[in-house]
Amino acid sequence: MRLRFNFVLGLALALLVVVAAISAGWIAPYDPVIDADLMNSEMPPSWEHWLGTDGQGRDVLSRILYGARVSLTVGLVSQLINSCIGTALGVSAGYFGGWWDDLVNGLTNVMLAIPSLVFALAIMAVLGPGLPSLLIALGLTNWSWTCRIARSSTLSLKNQGFVQAARSAGFSDTNIMRTQILPNILGPVLVIATLGIGGAVLAEAALSFLGVGIRPPQPSWGNMLTDARELIRTAPWASVFPGLAIFITVLGFNLLGDGLRDMLDPHMRTRKA
Amino acid sequence: MNGILPDPVLSVRNLRIGVGRRNEILHDVSFDILPGETYGLVGESGSGKSITGLSVMGLLKRPLEVIGGSVLFRGQDVLKLGSRARRRLRGDRMAMVFQEPMTALNPLATIGRQIAEMFVVHRGMGWADARRKAVEALESVRVPSPEERARSYPHQLSGGMRQRVMIAIALACRPDLLIADEPTTALDVTVQAGVLELIAELCKAEGTAVLLVSHDLGVIANMCRRVGVMDRGRLVEEQDTRALFANPMHPYTRGLLAARPRLGSRTLSGRGRLTELDQVVASEDRARDTPTMTTPRGFQAEATA
Repeated sequence: MRLRFNFVLGLALALLVVVAAISAGWIAPYDPVIDADLMNSEMPPSWEHWLGTDGQGRDVLSRILYGARVSLTVGLVSQLINSCIGTALGVSAGYFGGWWDDLVNGLTNVMLAIPSLVFALAIMAVLGPGLPSLLIALGLTNWSWTCRIARSSTLSLKNQGFVQAARSAGFSDTNIMRTQILPNILGPVLVIATLGIGGAVLAEAALSFLGVGIRPPQPSWGNMLTDARELIRTAPWASVFPGLAIFITVLGFNLLGDGLRDMLDPHMRTRKA
Repeated sequence: MNGILPDPVLSVRNLRIGVGRRNEILHDVSFDILPGETYGLVGESGSGKSITGLSVMGLLKRPLEVIGGSVLFRGQDVLKLGSRARRRLRGDRMAMVFQEPMTALNPLATIGRQIAEMFVVHRGMGWADARRKAVEALESVRVPSPEERARSYPHQLSGGMRQRVMIAIALACRPDLLIADEPTTALDVTVQAGVLELIAELCKAEGTAVLLVSHDLGVIANMCRRVGVMDRGRLVEEQDTRALFANPMHPYTRGLLAARPRLGSRTLSGRGRLTELDQVVASEDRARDTPTMTTPRGFQAEATA
């Protein structure tokens, strides 16, 4: 399998963010919350504050590094929840068919019809702000694409000889789904999950920006943007750099997902060659 | 039947299969398979031989369903069993080999694992023991260097090898009945002979009865002790193989035998190379609602020998 350019670039960007998030505690020059120096607020980038300071004199770089933790946690965990829900529903719907398939299909269509951000907003309104409710809200609202892909892949796999053979060998339905179908649909599900991480990072930023995500003063890229909104003319660095961080993260995971898809999909490969 | 015959392993009685409840496509099919016997079902495409085999296994897919009759397996009507009990029988007491060895193996699991799974599922073995048994099973179907092959993936094997693996999987738990649905149709002729020989030999050694579904009269003639001829969802004739080929009773059987291509032969129409069945059998002679023409089993000595 040849490594593709977008895969490598995506992997590099994603790794950059991951490393930043993990090592935030060691490499961040200031504490993101406590080190608020009101005398030095809205300072432009300098040697002391590489990316400047925000309206309350906190170091933007430190806050971005710590914010990466929130964004990545939300992106990875909520997408993991989505993938599990989507795969379980999709595979079982495709495999069993009948009324269960109709039900899951209906549910998927309903989920697709409601803008997921609005749905997540509603869940956040019920659960209240904070990281756990963010994970739940975003984990429950984005599984429909995974579900669709899992279902359609299962439908085509179900009639393959080896699934039939497994049935004739007396395997139970759960066993067949686990050992015969799941490994064979993991590729597309992985691609969707990777692409979904970018979406979840964006959604987290949006929710935090709207004030229902991570509560200030805990830094998250979304609420940094909220805080910096009024300073956009006087201290543009306070909003540009968090925005850039979101951009890089989403770009990274999207490229990673695209690259994965290109590499896992034999049709794409032959067409390119 | 006389008292000398052993109890049949499989006894299909008045089996009827329909598309839904209404449209019957398999009508009152009855036949017996004795222990260790190889029974052939022969007929054209769509005559109902494959769904007969699938219904014995309990693998009919919607909208096909059994709407009448019974399938007695070792004296027990499997149609009355719950789905769980039936599943236990599958792969353990009755097993199946399919036509397409290219797709019948999971592309993402090693050969060894797929055979070992049988022992884990049906015998409750641990993976380590099961793997050892899998290598033995590969050896028994004469796959060269079984240790190594157990670690390879299906795409690394040829069609004939894969069909051998399928046979190893099917016979792993030493079933009483093996249903082979066109087991060699997808293989080329030289490999065919080897695979058929293997099935015959292993089943003879274990006393496994075989239901061989095929449209290939040559295969049937070589493999089977007794043959049922199916046409349009009916079993029209059942005889011992030798008797069938020597003295076909039903006009359809005669037509089927006459339609075999022979080397250098001219066909009735003269121009085409193959004989159409319609040219040989008049449509009023095709399967109708009449009892199966059968002759009693002969050569019993051979069957038990």
